[in-house]
Amino acid sequence: MTSRKNMQVIIGGLTLNNPIMPASGAFGPEMEQALDFNRLGAIVPKSITKFPQPGNAKPRVCETNGGMINSIGIQSKGIEYFLAHTIPAFDKFQAPIIASVSAESLEEFVDVSATLANHKSIRGLELNISCPNLKGDGKAFGMDAAITRELISQVRTVTTKPIIAKLTPNVTSIQEIAVAAEKGGADGLNVANTMLAMAIDVDTRRPLIGNVMGGFSGPAVKPIIVRMIYQVAQVSSLPIIGCGGVMSGRDAIEMMIAGASAVQVGTASFINPTALTDILAEIEEYMEQNEITEIEELIGSIII
Amino acid sequence: MQRHQANVLSNKQVSNRYWHMVVDISELNIDVDPGQFFQVRCADTYFPFLRRPLSVYRINEDTIEFLYLVKGQGTSAMTKIQAGQSLDMMGPVGEGFSLDPSAGNILLVARGVGVATLAAVAQAACRQQVKCYAIMSARSRDDLLAIEFLEDYGAEVFIVTEEEGTSDVENVKRIIKEDICATTVIDAIYTCGSRRLSKLSQSIANELHIPGEIALEEHMGCGMGACFSCVCDIREGDTTKSVRVCTEGPVFPLHKVVME
Repeated sequence: MTSRKNMQVIIGGLTLNNPIMPASGAFGPEMEQALDFNRLGAIVPKSITKFPQPGNAKPRVCETNGGMINSIGIQSKGIEYFLAHTIPAFDKFQAPIIASVSAESLEEFVDVSATLANHKSIRGLELNISCPNLKGDGKAFGMDAAITRELISQVRTVTTKPIIAKLTPNVTSIQEIAVAAEKGGADGLNVANTMLAMAIDVDTRRPLIGNVMGGFSGPAVKPIIVRMIYQVAQVSSLPIIGCGGVMSGRDAIEMMIAGASAVQVGTASFINPTALTDILAEIEEYMEQNEITEIEELIGSIII
Repeated sequence: MQRHQANVLSNKQVSNRYWHMVVDISELNIDVDPGQFFQVRCADTYFPFLRRPLSVYRINEDTIEFLYLVKGQGTSAMTKIQAGQSLDMMGPVGEGFSLDPSAGNILLVARGVGVATLAAVAQAACRQQVKCYAIMSARSRDDLLAIEFLEDYGAEVFIVTEEEGTSDVENVKRIIKEDICATTVIDAIYTCGSRRLSKLSQSIANELHIPGEIALEEHMGCGMGACFSCVCDIREGDTTKSVRVCTEGPVFPLHKVVME
C-alpha cells in the first residue's frame, strides 16, 4: 500500500504543493496540451518587461555537448499584454503564479514589480537580476552585491508578496550576492540563471549564436549549480530554488539534498514536454523507495 | 503537443545527402496536415541534444514519411535508426498549408529539402484534383528528389540546377511567367526552401495578385512556443510583428512574411 507523502514546501511564505516548477523562459500556455498545469508546484511565466521588446539576433539557440546556448533576449510583449492575456491564461490553474520580472533600470524594476504585485493572481515575484543593466554598461544587476541589495530593498518597499532573487552564476562569489539579496529583503533565492557561454562553428569560424554569446543550460551545467546551491545554503537562511540542468527526479533530489527547497525545470521540457510531471513522479517514487514521508526532510540533508 | 513513440518501418538513404523514413502512425490517432512538422529526437543521448523539426513529406492512411537532409550531427544520428525501432516524436506541430478545393492550378516553388515540405501539398492537391506545376531547384540533378512522386500526383515538373546553370532567379522567373503563367491561370503559389526563390514567389504573387503560402525553416529550441528562438517578422498592415515559426507557422501567407 502506498503511504501518504507530503510534498509541500514553503518559499517565503508561499506554500507550494510540491517543489517542481518551470524555469522562466522555458514554459508557455501552449504546453497545456501536453502537461497538467494543476500538478505543478508553481507557474513561472517568461520574464516580463515594462515595454514590448524585440529580442536578440538569430540564431538564438545552438546545441553543445549536454546542453544548449540561448540568447533570446527576453522577447516580451510588455506588461499590459502580460496582465491582459498571459496571466488569465494561467489563472485557471491551482498552482500559484510567480511572475518573473526583467527591467533595464532599478526604477523600472520597482515600477514593474509594484504593478505585478498589485495583481491578485500573482502570488510572488522572481526578480531576474541576472539580465544586463543598460545603465551599468551591460553588467548584470546581480553581479554587484551593493546594487543587488539596493534593488531588492527598493522592490521590498512596494510589496509584501514573496520576492525571489534570481541570481547569476557569472560571478566570482555567488555567496556574496546571496547575502546581499537576503539583506535587501528577499524571501528566496533562485540559484541560478544560465551561464555565459559561446560556441563557434569551426567550418565557418562564425559564432553559433547571433548575439555571439548566450546562456548555457542543460544537464552539463548541473554539477556547477549543485555546487552553488550548496555554497549559498552555507551563508543564507533563505529558501533556495535550484535551477540548471535538471533532467530527472534524481537530479531534482540532488539539488534538494544540496540545500534547495524547490527546483525549476527548463531545458528538459524542450526534450520532453512532460518533463515537469515526469520528474515529479520520479521524486514520489524515490520517496516511496526511501520511506520518506515529508519531502522537506531532504532539504539540505547532505552528509559530508 | 503530444509525444509519441512510433514504429519505424524503414529508414533508407535515397541520394548522396538525403534519407527517407517511413513511420507507422496507425496506433497514434493523429491527423496531420501538409506543412505541419514533428519534433524528432535524433538519438537517446545528450548530444545531439535538441529535437529536430522535420516537416511531413507524405501523409498516408497509416503512415507518415519524412525526407531529411543529412546536414549535421543530429540528422547523421537519425540515419542510424533502424526499421523496427521506435521514433520519439512530438507533434504534429504548427499551422499547415491551406488548399482551396476550388483551385484549378497551383504552383509549387521548392529548393533542396523544401521539396520535403511541398510534396505533401502536391499529394493533397492530387486528392482534390487540383493540377500542380512545380519548379524544383537543386545544386545538381543528383540532389533532386521526389520528381517521380510529384509526377505520379499529376504535377508538371520544371527542373533547374546550378550544375546546368538554370537555377538563377531570372531563369526561374522566366519559366514561371513564360512557360507556365502565359498559358495557365495559377490560383495559388506555395514555396519552401530558398530565400531567393521565396522573394521571387512573393514578387510574382504580388504582381499577378495570386494568394500564396510559404513554409519557413528556423533554428528551434522547444518547438512548443515557449522559448521564442524561432521568430520571424510578419507584416500586419503598416507595422510588423514578431511571430514564432513553430506555433504561429511554419506556414504563413506569402505576402505577409518580411523576407530578410
